[in-house]
Amino acid sequence: MTGGIGSPLLWRWHITMATSIIHRGSIFGIYLSALLLTGWLLALASGPESYGAYTGALSSPLGLLVLFGLTFTLFFNLAYNVRQAFWDMGKGFKIPEANAGSVAIIAFAVVTTLALWAVLFILGVL
Amino acid sequence: MVQLALPKNSRVQKGRHHPAPAGAKNVKTFRIYRYDPEGAENPRWDTYDVDVDACGPMVLDVLIHIKNEVDPTLAFRRSCREGVCGSCAMNIGGRNTLACTHGHDETHGSACQISPLPHMPVVKDLIPDLTMFYAQYASIEPWLHTETPEPQKEWRQTPEDREKLDGLYECILCACCSTSCPSYWWNGDKYLGPAALLHAYRWLIDSRDEATGERLDELEDPFKLYRCHTIMNCAQVCPKGLNPAKAIGEIKKMLVDRVV
Repeated sequence: MTGGIGSPLLWRWHITMATSIIHRGSIFGIYLSALLLTGWLLALASGPESYGAYTGALSSPLGLLVLFGLTFTLFFNLAYNVRQAFWDMGKGFKIPEANAGSVAIIAFAVVTTLALWAVLFILGVL
Repeated sequence: MVQLALPKNSRVQKGRHHPAPAGAKNVKTFRIYRYDPEGAENPRWDTYDVDVDACGPMVLDVLIHIKNEVDPTLAFRRSCREGVCGSCAMNIGGRNTLACTHGHDETHGSACQISPLPHMPVVKDLIPDLTMFYAQYASIEPWLHTETPEPQKEWRQTPEDREKLDGLYECILCACCSTSCPSYWWNGDKYLGPAALLHAYRWLIDSRDEATGERLDELEDPFKLYRCHTIMNCAQVCPKGLNPAKAIGEIKKMLVDRVV
């Protein structure tokens, strides 16, 4: 839309639209995860002091919150791309299927994230 | 380019209120987008308290009632009033649909909000400028392309091949789908949009058409086709129950199939 008067963008969201946008966001989550992993390797290579400082920052409450969020984005992205593979085969385009798929993706990401963190707590990693 | 806020001249301001006539029993409020291209004012939200017992069941009936009885300056497109022509496509309660097939009691909340199709240039009130939309439809060359000599009678097609066009030929070009698509909102000048792509697929799979390769060449473009990220808004709102997202998925499949 260029020039003139533009009509307003009013939309009552669909779940398929919500999962599409979360998927876009999850890609940034993956970029951030890759950066954090690179930082971790650099810290490891630079010696015990920098490694201690790096892992200390990551295990602070804020660091844990970021890692928790990144875990969710990774699982979300995984599930979304599995669904995308079905779409690429031409399957799952009916509205009830697409809606149910979106609910399943969110449920999968929430459950796996909580399960992984529960396991880490039980094992005493955190 | 993503525009999250409307440009200054397009921001919608508070408008006028038209109260219900005295003695009205069943009153419903309609909040309607108004823009007069001949005035210098910004667009505005006018509210109309309408006695819905005095008009028919559809949103279009209410709009016609307002135009006839309350405010003759209200502008909107309409023709067939039965979901065949696609003229009265607009955004009702946050979703694109046809005013003639959408009941005014189907809307969420106490007030029913009506605005033009989203993110389009506005001609007046509820009338968007669809020039670009039609140009995109024309660009996919929506007619039969053939090279073999024309048969004496008609081009023959088996019932099975004819069936492949079901769910595609019914499109009435109302633009509900294209203007529901975030990719079309942000890249409406380069991305063809769901409606044009649904029609592109309708000609791609027509057994009588002999330009499938050329048609695919035209579509193999990062913007024209591949701005579709399967957000599914198009299929969610299509008032004819069609599925442009699936048609676009099939085009992507055809492009993969011809290289592997």
